Amino acid sequence: MSIWEYANPAKFMRTTGAMLPWLLPVAVAATVGGVVWGFLTPDDYRQGSTVKIMYMHVPAAMMAINVWVMMLVASVIWIVRRHHVSALAARAAAPVGAVMTLIALATGAIWGQPMWGTWWEWDPRLTSFLILFLFYLGYVALWSAIEDPDSAADLTGVLCLVGSVFALLSRYAVLFWNQGLHQGASLSVASGERMSAVYRYPLYLAMLGFAALSLALILIRTRTEIRRRRLAALQARELRS
Amino acid sequence: MRALLLRDLRLAIRAGGGFGLGLCFFLILTVLVPFGIGPARAGLAAVAPGILWVGALLACLLSLDRIFALDHEDGSLDLLATSPLPLEGVVAIKALAHWLTTGLPLVVAAPVFGLLLQLPFAAMPWLVLSLLLGTPALSVLGAFGAALTVGLRRGGLLMSALVLPLYIPTLIFGAEITRRGAEGAPVAAPVALIAGITLASAALIPFAAAAALRVNLR
Amino acid sequence: MIDLGKYAGAVIGAYGVSLVLLGGLIWHSVAANARARRDLERQERDG
Repeated sequence: MSIWEYANPAKFMRTTGAMLPWLLPVAVAATVGGVVWGFLTPDDYRQGSTVKIMYMHVPAAMMAINVWVMMLVASVIWIVRRHHVSALAARAAAPVGAVMTLIALATGAIWGQPMWGTWWEWDPRLTSFLILFLFYLGYVALWSAIEDPDSAADLTGVLCLVGSVFALLSRYAVLFWNQGLHQGASLSVASGERMSAVYRYPLYLAMLGFAALSLALILIRTRTEIRRRRLAALQARELRS
Repeated sequence: MRALLLRDLRLAIRAGGGFGLGLCFFLILTVLVPFGIGPARAGLAAVAPGILWVGALLACLLSLDRIFALDHEDGSLDLLATSPLPLEGVVAIKALAHWLTTGLPLVVAAPVFGLLLQLPFAAMPWLVLSLLLGTPALSVLGAFGAALTVGLRRGGLLMSALVLPLYIPTLIFGAEITRRGAEGAPVAAPVALIAGITLASAALIPFAAAAALRVNLR
Repeated sequence: MIDLGKYAGAVIGAYGVSLVLLGGLIWHSVAANARARRDLERQERDG
């Protein structure tokens, strides 16, 4: 039993088909639970009720980056081992990551307005996320522009590798360019306690919910891609015969 | 390899090639900016480094689709792919030819455009140095974008969307060198960083671009 | 109902935008999947 068995589309469809009926409800419940629990927490003495925005903003930002890393891993697996499921999973993940980035940006702008007095600030963190969003858009656009699916998988895989390097480079380049208003990481193991448990536990639940929700959505979208590929293959066979 | 370089240079200089188009675009942009921002000297000087760099970047972008598209249409790209020359080398040569016909003229002409935009005299050497160090990276990254989109009809717009995010680090450091030069601040760190980006791109990106070309020629 | 103070608009706006985007993504994923399954089943039955 090896992990590569899941690279077989039929096996993948069977396993995820059995998983999704409970994964998706659990993910939605955890997301809603974390966010509602967060909504009921007391106001922060400095930020007032805007601290509640954190339960959307932080998990979405976390998933925006994690989904890109997942795409990178899936692209490398496709390039090295040529498993079609892997390429399709990378394709399926991109819109999920783009929406997560958009949520992080939109809630950040709404949060920044009362806190910093401006909707948008060219702050390093915000700017890096905007750049990440541009990379997501380019990736999705390249996928949809190329007709041959294997060529599209190869080209977007190369783009994902190069784009990862430059997204990381941009992250440090913008630090050089502007020092920024954004507060540091809210959850950090190294720096010890920063946030009281009242805020931390709902945030953990929301992060878990966003992670499970992203996973479930990526699996659903991968299944959609597999079905579309199979349909195209069947139609091509029909045309030939 | 030299023959390929000379051939590309000749094709670019001949009428209908990309040569001069970038410069012309750069000139028009520089003339338009004061109409948009206003003729006040201080206002122009403040935005000059950024405008000059963004202008150089867009001028470079204009001629990118010529790197591979014409050769792909008339089939000479297939010949090059089967020639004994490694495809990585072909990409590097073509990027070099692109830089010689668009990047280098911009570097030479930039001080004149800087004068038009009231860039302080002290910043001129830094403007030239930053463009000299940064524009090769723009050409190489552009070749990568062109290689990704070479088989597509109407790939030009898509290529811009793919290439522009890759230009961000170079743009940041290049404009920063010029700005610091104008203020007399130390410039060693951004100069080292932009040189690093250019060297690393020139060394590694041809491999990615060649991989993309092989897929597109399959 | 808890009191959100002077930032009520910002908080509700952020929650609203996020829920609309997430809901849209979930709806799109599920709908596209259902459509792909329908098309595939029809093809396998008829084709």
